Formats: sequence, C-alpha cells, structure tokens
Amino acid sequence: MATDDEIYAKLCRLIGPFNTADVKLEKNTDIAADLNIDSVSVMDFVMEVEDEFDIDIPLNILGETRTLSDLIDVVKARVNGA
Amino acid sequence: MDILEKYRPMVERHRQMLELGRNAVGLRMDDVYSPTRARIDGKEIILAGTNNYMAITFDEACIKAGQKALGDHGTGTTGSRIANGSYALHLDLEKSLADFLNRKHSIVFSTGYQANLGAIAGLAGPRDTVYLDADSHSSIYDACALSGARLIRFKHNDADDLARRLRRSGEDGGGRLVVLEGIYSMFGDRAPLREFVDVKHEHGFQLLVDEAHSTGVLGPNGRGLADEAELESDVDFVVGTFSKSFGAIGGFAASDHELFEMLRFSARAYMFSASPSPATIATVKEAVKQLEARPELRQKLRHNSERLHRGFKSLGLELCCDVPSPIIAVRIVDEPTAIVLWNRLLDAGVYVNIALPPGTPNGVCLLRCSVSAGHSEQDIDKIISLFETVVLSLPQALPPLM
Repeated sequence: MATDDEIYAKLCRLIGPFNTADVKLEKNTDIAADLNIDSVSVMDFVMEVEDEFDIDIPLNILGETRTLSDLIDVVKARVNGA
Repeated sequence: MDILEKYRPMVERHRQMLELGRNAVGLRMDDVYSPTRARIDGKEIILAGTNNYMAITFDEACIKAGQKALGDHGTGTTGSRIANGSYALHLDLEKSLADFLNRKHSIVFSTGYQANLGAIAGLAGPRDTVYLDADSHSSIYDACALSGARLIRFKHNDADDLARRLRRSGEDGGGRLVVLEGIYSMFGDRAPLREFVDVKHEHGFQLLVDEAHSTGVLGPNGRGLADEAELESDVDFVVGTFSKSFGAIGGFAASDHELFEMLRFSARAYMFSASPSPATIATVKEAVKQLEARPELRQKLRHNSERLHRGFKSLGLELCCDVPSPIIAVRIVDEPTAIVLWNRLLDAGVYVNIALPPGTPNGVCLLRCSVSAGHSEQDIDKIISLFETVVLSLPQALPPLM
C-alpha cells in the first residue's frame, strides 16, 4: 500500500508536462486554478493517473476533486477498493 | 462574490483577440449569398468553414418545400410533441429518415446538440457506464453529465485503450454504452470502427456513433462511417444533425432496438423542447430526398476534399489527419499567430474557422477548413493559393517539425 507521499510524488511527476508555467506544487495546489490549465488538460492528466495506478477515476468525481490532496484521497480509495 | 466575476480572465483573452483584429468567435456576415459565398466587411468572401457539406442550403426544391410548409402550417409548433402533439410532418420526416438510414426507428430533435443530449442521456442512466472518446464533441460530454451515468474517458481512437478500461472497470450489472464519432469535428479523422467493433464483440457493450459530420458524406449510401465500413449492424444507435449535410437545423437519433421509442418518454431534450418548426421539417425532408437522389454531391465533395488536402500538403502545412475528409485542419504554432492569420485570410477573401483550446484536442491551435460540394475547383485552388500567400508568408506560424 502506497503512502500519501509516494502517491503525491507520482502525481507531481505525472502533472509535469501539464504544468507549463512551472508553478511550484504543494499538496493543496488547485489543479485547474493554480496551474491555469483547462478542463481538457485536467482530464488528460487524470487519464495518466488512472493508467499509473491501474484504477478508474470516473469523470463524475472530478468536480469534487480540486487539489492534489483531494486526488491523493481518490487514488487511495480506488487502489484500496480494487 | 459576484457570480460573473469568474469570467474576468475570459474578458482579457477576448480583449487580446480584438486587439489583433476581428471578433473571431462572433463574426458578422452582412449577407450570405450561397453555400460558398458571403459578404463580410463589404467584400465577397469564399466560405470554407460552414460545414455546408452538400451545399444544399440554397437548393430550390428545399426552399420551395420550406416556403410551402410555412404557408400551410405556420411559423412554429409552439411546444413539445408530448404536450402539443406531433404534426404529420414530424412523423413523415421520421419515416423518411428511418428509410434513408435503413433503421426501424428514428426520432427527430430540435437541434443537433439536443440530439446527443436526448439520445445519450435518454439511453444511459445513473446505474450505467458511458465510455467516451477523449476527443468527443462537447454535446457528448454534456449529455454524459446529464445522464448521471458513470463516465470513463478513453484515449482518442484507441480501441486497445478502450478494451483496457473495460477490463479495469469490469461489469457491474449496469448497461455499458460506448460513444464514438464518424468524423471528429476538429481534426477530421474517422473512428477506426472495425477495431472498436472487434472490442465490442469481446466485451459486449452497446455502441452509439455520432455521424454528425459523416451523414451524407461517407458510405455508398451516404449514411456515414458505419455505412462506409460496412458495419452498420454492429452499431446499435446512430445520432446525427440536420445542420450540416441537410442544410437546416435539428438532429436525429435512430436505431433498430425494439425499445428505442421509449426515448420519447425519457429523453428530456426531446420531451421539454419545442418541436422543430414546420418549415425546418419540410426542408429537411426534401434534403433527405436530394441526398438519396444525388450521390454525385458526395463524389464532388470527396473530389474537393482530396484536392484541398493535396494542395495543403504540397505547401508543407501540418495537417491534423492524413486521410482526406471534408474537415481539413491546419496546425498553427500558437493562439496569437492563429488569430492574425485568420484575419489575414479573411482580408484576402476566404473564411475558415479558428479553433483554439480547450475546444481542440491536445491544446493545439487550428485554422480549420470545411469543404463543400458547392465549391468549384477554382474555389479550392483559390483557397490553397490564399493559404500559400498568407500562411507561408509567416514561416514562424507553423509548429516546429516533430
């Protein structure tokens, strides 16, 4: 079972190509607002996360998933649920 | 907080566009003369961005049918079909469409957007899962959100990726609907339908194909991608629009499924929209007849598309699809450059679409052309030569070669 920090490290790596303005990342970074990336890019990033952890992240829950910390919770719940 | 304050950054983006020229997302056409000509800023312009594939908007028979219906049945239906009832015209059109599409059932919607909204949200509910292509049109995304279904997005045109996601999410007892498009509206590429059908045979989902840009355009009978690929029996549901090849406004969904008519009581976009006006229905019915009777329109469109595609290729432009279709999109390096070039093309005499993120896949900026059967060879050559003059004069406009 991966720890929060391990998941966070992976998320930071995966978001790299989308973080074109090179914004400094923190756990409470708002993925869309702070990185100034559009909705399609957020979905593309989430697709990478799904493949990295071999989980489903249905688009329905993205509305509630704003920060990297939120996404860590989603990943944890989904990896456990599998 | 003020409810509109969140749009402040949008105002800035729009202001930057206006600084570079015209309003590219709300251009005024002073007059439209024909499927391929309009007057803009006092000048006659070649239209190459209107999705008017069959050039049928000024067809005499269609206009006459519309005028007659307007006189005979009035300007509007003033309500939905479940409340106000159906005009015989609606039912006649649904019969003609079902015949044209070779399907048992067809349902007419008031716009193409609503056809997807109605069909997808009518078919899928909260206990179902919809798998949608990453490059799906916004109407499909909105339909999915409205359906309440679980939404899984797969990589564009990647049947293996869909299969992987189907295996990962597994069966949960709900329905599984996969949504594809015949021709994708931004890049003009087709879905590799055979590969998806193979995955379908393995996993047993139901398949909906949005043929908005391919009805009339593809296939020996003009029924779209599934007709071209000879896979119509593997497609459970077809959606399409009247605003492209049929030259009007509205949309449809069609199927052989025995329960399909239940969408009339479940598709909210159908139930709670006023039904299409008599004149609209009459022009579409005539357009269906014209599309069936005049396969040469399809030949001409293909010829024009191939000519433009070849011409652009020979200029060295980066196109978004190697296979010619009536949608031919040229990649431009960034947003300001795309805006400048779009303005210069209009100054030079041709209207194309500008397409910018997030409306485009992969964050790319495009000058998007759509070809019409109404273009002459000279029109196509003129478009090519205007791109040569305008776009190639700015060598830094093209993205660096990968």
